[in-house]
Amino acid sequence: MTINIIALIGMTLTALWAVMARSLLKATIGLAVSSAFLTILMFRLASPLAAVFELSVCTGLITAVFVSAISLTKPLSHAETIALSKNKFRRYWPLPVIMAVVGALLILAKMQFAVAIPQGVIEKDVRDVMWNLRQIDMYGQIILMLAGAFGVVILFRERNNDKR
Amino acid sequence: MISANEIQIFMTFAFFIIMLFVAGIYCVLMTRNMMRALIGLEIMTKAVTLLLIVAGHVTGNIALAQSLVITLIIIEVVVIAITAGVILSIYRHTNSLDRSSIRELKG
Repeated sequence: MTINIIALIGMTLTALWAVMARSLLKATIGLAVSSAFLTILMFRLASPLAAVFELSVCTGLITAVFVSAISLTKPLSHAETIALSKNKFRRYWPLPVIMAVVGALLILAKMQFAVAIPQGVIEKDVRDVMWNLRQIDMYGQIILMLAGAFGVVILFRERNNDKR
Repeated sequence: MISANEIQIFMTFAFFIIMLFVAGIYCVLMTRNMMRALIGLEIMTKAVTLLLIVAGHVTGNIALAQSLVITLIIIEVVVIAITAGVILSIYRHTNSLDRSSIRELKG
């Protein structure tokens, strides 16, 4: 029970940090930590296969994609950083307030809370569902991954200006 | 039949899912940096992932929920990788990550 609530609060706070952090790299790290908390919640909700996917792909691969994309851009100058951080504070300070208001409204709407998760009833094997019931999804995933791989090769390719 | 306790569990998770979605949508709407907009999109996707898993757990369809989440994760990673590539292409043209710079492009 305590782990669930800690993971939920941790996930929300790290997501908030990812939005509000000044540096893009810090925001990416916040996003990765948020994914790690989501993985814990998935394990607690009896979804180990999805949790492993979340941990390896969202915490690992997507963070790597973000860091490589950020590293391919030029860093800002000191003056630009100061100017941007002022604007950024002005733009993002309402977010915690909005989240607090939404939270208060949800509590006022008499949502009833409980975090002690009962043991889930596993009616089918996930492999059976994936390969039989959702077979078309698997083909779609294969096509998407191929499209993604080709897209990354083309879009991340450094252009050789000398040949132009 | 879903019990009252399961509805309460769903409500607890729904509270945090709504919070995450609000943070993500605010980030996408308010930021001018395209890379940060992508981070907002990612946060919204995480909220939806958690919603699917909790709904699957509460209704007893964990296997189906896991299958859908795996599909969602694959789509998410492809979208993020391709969008990051497109943002980099725009950056190479305009030398800026500011989304207002796209207005100056042709088309």
